[in-house]
Amino acid sequence: MAEAFQPVKFSPLSGLASPAGGIALVDRAYIGKINVRGNADNAEFQAGIKRCLHLELPLVPNTTSSNAQHILFWSGPNEWLLHCPEDTQAEVESTLRQEVSGLHAAVTDVTDYYAVIRLSGAKAREVLAKGTPLDVHPKIFTRGECAQTCFAHASILLHCVDDSPIFDLQVRWSFAEYLWQYLLDAAREYAS
Amino acid sequence: MLLIDCPWCGRRDQLEFSCHGQAHISRPQYPDRLSDEQWGDYVFFRDNPKGVHYERWVHTHGCRRWFNAVRNTVTDEFLATYKPGDPVPAVEQ
Repeated sequence: MAEAFQPVKFSPLSGLASPAGGIALVDRAYIGKINVRGNADNAEFQAGIKRCLHLELPLVPNTTSSNAQHILFWSGPNEWLLHCPEDTQAEVESTLRQEVSGLHAAVTDVTDYYAVIRLSGAKAREVLAKGTPLDVHPKIFTRGECAQTCFAHASILLHCVDDSPIFDLQVRWSFAEYLWQYLLDAAREYAS
Repeated sequence: MLLIDCPWCGRRDQLEFSCHGQAHISRPQYPDRLSDEQWGDYVFFRDNPKGVHYERWVHTHGCRRWFNAVRNTVTDEFLATYKPGDPVPAVEQ
């Protein structure tokens, strides 16, 4: 008899080198990611999301709303992305589905489609500026803001977690190793 | 590089966008009633003006939404950008 299928957790970034000080890179592996689509003008849709996540939908482009558990990113005029704690995505997905059932909406688990890299350090903004055309000046791109842009040919979702600064870069799984290596190289000159 | 105003995300670098040709081309309501020449015009022939041009753009690396732009093909200046379905803005020719 065939053995039961055992899912194996695997990160495309495991085992890669880390910067030699100054800049820190962390693989935020396995956090849950859920894509939510729906009509932003529909009060019922908004209320359903709020009941499930205890969060307001961010309606202003390139903003986020968050609490201790969840982060909701604006990713389009009718599209949002949710980050939730590891291994909770299946439960959150089914709850969200129930809340928006009957509405013109979609809830999709995209956890394994993306990897998230956390970039921090005093010169993190300089590292970012090497790869993205986005203005990452501390007066322009601040805590709680997000932006979808490109970084060295890869499409990324950039999130300013903190002004210290800390950034999260979400990238497609297949680009993750490339992006990590690029960041590693970009961080070399800032090694302490 | 150009800075382009995405109707949703605001001002972003040209790198994030792609252009997909002339805007406001409507599909013929009854394609079967067209002559081959009329169908050929609809499928293949596009304006190629020197000056103001209405174009379709998509914010590929950003919000991935389509919008329309008015661009001067001589100066490469963006005169306006607007969401699909919005009234066509009047610009100086």
